[in-house]
Amino acid sequence: MLQQLLLPVLSLGGLSFLFGAGLSLASKKFEVAKDSRIDAVREALPGANCGACGYPGCDGLAAAIVEGRAPISACTVGGSPVAAKVGSIMGVEAEVMQKMVARVLCQGDCDQAIDKYRYRGIANCVAASMLADGQKGCSYGCLGLGTCERVCPFDAIHVNQKGIAVVDKEKCTACNKCVVACPKNVIELIPTSSEVQVTCNSRDKGKDVKAYCKVGCIGCRICVKACPFDAMSFNHNLAKIDYEKCTNCRVCAEKCPTHAIYADFSEKIEQPV
Amino acid sequence: MFSKLQSFAGGIYPPHRKHLTENRKIEICKAPDVVTIPLQQHIGAPCEALVKKGDQVKLGQKIGQPLGFVSAPVHSSVSGVVQSIEMVDLPNGSRCSAIVIQNDGKDTPDESLRHGNVEDLSGEELKNIVMEAGIVGMGGACFPTHVKLSPPEGKKIDLIILNGAECEPYLTSDHRLMLEYPDDIIYGMKTIMKILGVSQGCIGIEDNKPDAIETMKAAAKNEKNIKVIGLRTKYPQGAEKQLIYAITGRQVPSGGLPIDIGVEVNNVGTAVAIARAVRTGLPLYQKMVTVSGEAVKEPKNLLVRLGTSFREVIDCCGGWTEEPAKVICGGPIMGTAQHTLDIPVTKGTSGILLFSEKEAAQSDPSNCIRCARCISVCPIHLLPLNISAQSLRGNYDETEKLHALDCIECGSCSFICPASRPLLQSILVAKKEIIASRKQKAQANKQAENSDNR
Repeated sequence: MLQQLLLPVLSLGGLSFLFGAGLSLASKKFEVAKDSRIDAVREALPGANCGACGYPGCDGLAAAIVEGRAPISACTVGGSPVAAKVGSIMGVEAEVMQKMVARVLCQGDCDQAIDKYRYRGIANCVAASMLADGQKGCSYGCLGLGTCERVCPFDAIHVNQKGIAVVDKEKCTACNKCVVACPKNVIELIPTSSEVQVTCNSRDKGKDVKAYCKVGCIGCRICVKACPFDAMSFNHNLAKIDYEKCTNCRVCAEKCPTHAIYADFSEKIEQPV
Repeated sequence: MFSKLQSFAGGIYPPHRKHLTENRKIEICKAPDVVTIPLQQHIGAPCEALVKKGDQVKLGQKIGQPLGFVSAPVHSSVSGVVQSIEMVDLPNGSRCSAIVIQNDGKDTPDESLRHGNVEDLSGEELKNIVMEAGIVGMGGACFPTHVKLSPPEGKKIDLIILNGAECEPYLTSDHRLMLEYPDDIIYGMKTIMKILGVSQGCIGIEDNKPDAIETMKAAAKNEKNIKVIGLRTKYPQGAEKQLIYAITGRQVPSGGLPIDIGVEVNNVGTAVAIARAVRTGLPLYQKMVTVSGEAVKEPKNLLVRLGTSFREVIDCCGGWTEEPAKVICGGPIMGTAQHTLDIPVTKGTSGILLFSEKEAAQSDPSNCIRCARCISVCPIHLLPLNISAQSLRGNYDETEKLHALDCIECGSCSFICPASRPLLQSILVAKKEIIASRKQKAQANKQAENSDNR
């Protein structure tokens, strides 16, 4: 009885000991040296695996940073704090990165802008933009069919009730996915610190803009004249803010006759002019 | 008469609805007071304007110079004064700059027009005429014909096919051309054969046009090497690859061109345009357009000057009986719905259809019931339901593995789907995304190469 039990236990135990010893020896002898920094960098990264850096997930980016293929600030989602952590692991000083946020450059919702036709088809802005530049009267505006919403890994952009995509500033990590996905190029990354934005993307002349949208930039240049810091410029009938010069004084937004320049006036700070 | 009709596997049998216009003789549409001639009416590089505001132009004068080989010049379709050069909407949904000309009504022809005879001119000279006349594929794709007539070195062509299938419902312009200008078609065919040095020619016609088959047979009686072939009436019989398969049994390889299997296909309309250019020297300045649909007062086959607005063409047919629910440029299956009538007729406008509420009715899509009818009708044997499902999920890499790029966009799958799924539209999106990502990859590779070289 005892023998019947003992024999298999001993033989199997002996075999497993032998194999175990062989495996552990082999693992020592054929060990592939892995840079311990890869794991450390991997730990420092956010772990969202969003792929915004262009590498397959955070593991891929960690390996790329350690091998020197990617800069330490490659993770836009983590921003400066992550770059600093990665920099300390890699022994490199991290530059201070400006935190960015995505912003939809269109306010032409169903109350403000007209459509040129009724679109019936799949809910995809790419599909709609293949048909005469989309259903919207303005050929530069947000089509509101949610292509950006579906690519966002952070649930930070949503099409609102009135058919315009809106970014949730708190959730947005500036991963750039919506910017790439938008067939209208109506999403842009701007510095988080900026409180003022030109929320129009139309390059048409003022007269044409007025015909299809109440809140479009009509190219009147009042903002250029009003800006005390010379931060406004015009390019293709569209106002543009130089964020290096802008001090968030909101004068342009106050003066804009169509409210195409957006600013949050609840937080207005008095500026010496 | 045709005991064994040739065709291809798959395809659909939509109602023809050709009775509205098939017995109506070709009429000439009144030349409008103002023509708007887009500088891009073809596949390839756009043209550069040769005239400026205030210039006097003549009928047939070249007003747009092609930028690049794969392009075709554009000509004035009236004589008059250039009013402006502005951006216009095109029937295919894109925008491009166009030359607006005020018509003086005199139709003074341009003196520089050269013409001749197919027997006297060499192949190279004939090809030059075709190129200078701005002739593009009249089937709707608008690929510049002179490029088709310049096969790359080492490719041998042994058969020319003229496409007279006209498989889209409603459209009858090719049908009328075959009935009224059979000699021009044969003449154009002979020109193409001479340019390419090919001795065999075929004209493929669907058997719902027995009169056209008879007329063409009679016209080709004295031409031993031109055959007229009746084909089974089935959509998309007029698609290039399906037509070649029906007539020769040869298959165009995936990603390849008919030239890879020694065949060249041209539309009968293209043959007529070539014949006119060679005989009279007049460039392509008018287009056969079928105006049909239940909402139009008098459906007609019209010969329209390029640049005439849709509105004027419709006025020429007496306007409409009821406000059309949908206006389509081209055939009802492959054509594009229009949002305005202020767009010009271009070289690719084969039809203008005004649909009544009843004709334009569409049911809302419901879930796929996996009946696989789309698979059985797909003329190139794809799996439309799978491609569509992956495309709707945004998995464009998967659609590429399912050969989405081989889709010929005939729309048979969407037509047959009992759940009215947006099959074709989602496949089109997938194709667009695949091509975009390929371009992006090529660009990235190029940049990487450049940085390596540095």
